[in-house]
Amino acid sequence: MAVTELVPGPVQKEERREAWLSRLAYYAISHPLGFAGALIMFVFVFAAVFADFITAYGPTTTNSAISLLPPGHGHPFGADSMGRDIYSRIVYGARISLAVGIGSTALGSFFGVVLGLTSGYIGGWVDLIIQRLVDILQAVPLLVLALVMAAALGPALDNTIVAIAIPLIPSTARVIRSNALALREQPFVEAARAVGMSEFRIAVRHVLPNTLAPLIVIATAQLGAAILTEASLSFLGLGVPEPHPSWGRMLSESAAEYMRTAPWLVIFPGLAISLAVFGTNLFGDALRDILDPRLRD
Amino acid sequence: MLLTLFGISILIFVMLRLVPGNIADIVFNAAGMIDVAEKAKLEKELGLDKSIVVQYVQWIGGLMHGDLGYSYVSEKPAIQEILPRIPITAKVASLALAFSILFGVPLGVLSAVRQNTRLDYVLRVISLSGLSIPAFWLGLLILMAFVAWFGSIPIYTDPPHGFWNTLALYSVPAMAVGFRSSALVMRLTRSSMLEVLRQDYIRTARAKGATDRTVNYHHALRNAMLPVVTVIGIEAAFLMGGLIVTETVFNIPGVARFLVEAIRWRDYPIVQNLVMFIAVVAVSINFLIDLLYAVLDPRIRYA
Repeated sequence: MAVTELVPGPVQKEERREAWLSRLAYYAISHPLGFAGALIMFVFVFAAVFADFITAYGPTTTNSAISLLPPGHGHPFGADSMGRDIYSRIVYGARISLAVGIGSTALGSFFGVVLGLTSGYIGGWVDLIIQRLVDILQAVPLLVLALVMAAALGPALDNTIVAIAIPLIPSTARVIRSNALALREQPFVEAARAVGMSEFRIAVRHVLPNTLAPLIVIATAQLGAAILTEASLSFLGLGVPEPHPSWGRMLSESAAEYMRTAPWLVIFPGLAISLAVFGTNLFGDALRDILDPRLRD
Repeated sequence: MLLTLFGISILIFVMLRLVPGNIADIVFNAAGMIDVAEKAKLEKELGLDKSIVVQYVQWIGGLMHGDLGYSYVSEKPAIQEILPRIPITAKVASLALAFSILFGVPLGVLSAVRQNTRLDYVLRVISLSGLSIPAFWLGLLILMAFVAWFGSIPIYTDPPHGFWNTLALYSVPAMAVGFRSSALVMRLTRSSMLEVLRQDYIRTARAKGATDRTVNYHHALRNAMLPVVTVIGIEAAFLMGGLIVTETVFNIPGVARFLVEAIRWRDYPIVQNLVMFIAVVAVSINFLIDLLYAVLDPRIRYA
């Protein structure tokens, strides 16, 4: 009897899933703001994935008959000067925002983790050199660095992702380094070394997984910053080029000219940016509280 | 500090030279001319034919004794283009910073003292939205409000005269930039206050019969300010991001908007000197903040 109890049968699997669900429900109730943030993020991800099914017009389809049409009449957010449906452009714009946001955060986190882990785990002169490099990258404000990078690489979707990813590297590298520094001295690392594990394997298999919590926390915070930076770059005309419908560029096209005559061209894209970043920030805050109470700022 | 600045100068210089096409290409493409000899002459005139190392040494050498080179676009000395624009940006930036402290610190304290009340929740949502709204959109909304209420928008092309005029005019964009910073300062003040309020000496202060006011403002706030000062310092340098888009929205002829224009024109002397200037300001502010620590917290001593 005792042996059979140890084997996870179908009943126990069911129980585990229920436990998982009840834990999720617990977090949703104890962090209502974070839950709201997750919902907002879900809406944007849904819009990005199913954009083809929830819009009636293409994001670049022009129709001079509805030029500057106010909201209503089958166009809930109105139309711009070229007669493009704003609602469709915003829904498709979620793809661009999320692609750049997630893409640059992932890229920045990857290089941040590599640099931080190397720096913190190896230490010595390697640490010294990497830290000076991080200092240099960190001394230039995010948007300024992204701006110069974007201009240097030229206007393209993947270039925008790289331009935003690079300024994100230093803070990730810092966080991972300080964690790796502390983990390096832990008994389990010593134990792994004692059984003859290679340093690279220890760093990747034992130290890295223990830095995941702070990494997730900082990556979520950076996701919002990356979406905002993409919007700013595109607003300044140095981000994602045509024909991609970018929220930031929708604002720069409409800003000065139609502010008086067609305010919906200004209101809706801005709302989309703010709401997406707001959702990410709400969710990120709750994640930080749950995963890493020490990082609370 | 100097090492960092040296590294930044190399980084900027190399990055700008990654750009496909220089000013000569732009000028010739715009005019629709493809005269190779003419183009080579222009490149020689601008020093673009020399090797990248020589160009770098010339730039840094000039920088050491105040010669920033010439703007490719206006052909005026770069320093004459940059210097007059600095005070404008500095005014907007300091107003934005003042705005962020004026609102951020008291509201953060209030939020901490009333932790988990309805007021606290409202303030927290407001501060989080401050971090989420792009500065340029907020600027556009403010301009739209001006149109709706006054029928016109503030004009910044001519510098305002008199103290009050300047204050009134520049506080509008400063609000657009400062909203984010005040949100950040507020969040940090709140969490820093909460941490301090939990400490033993606060309980002691209460036990000896100090009023809430004395405890909150005299004992707690002074100790809670240390991390807040750090963030204000970092924000002061990073306000630049918000200023870039806000100066563009409001058409303010400051350095931040000038940077974007120079980048569009591939005006290397202007861009590299401006980014260098921004980095110097950022690094110096961090240095000053370190010194300020010792004043705020007597336990910290720099030998």
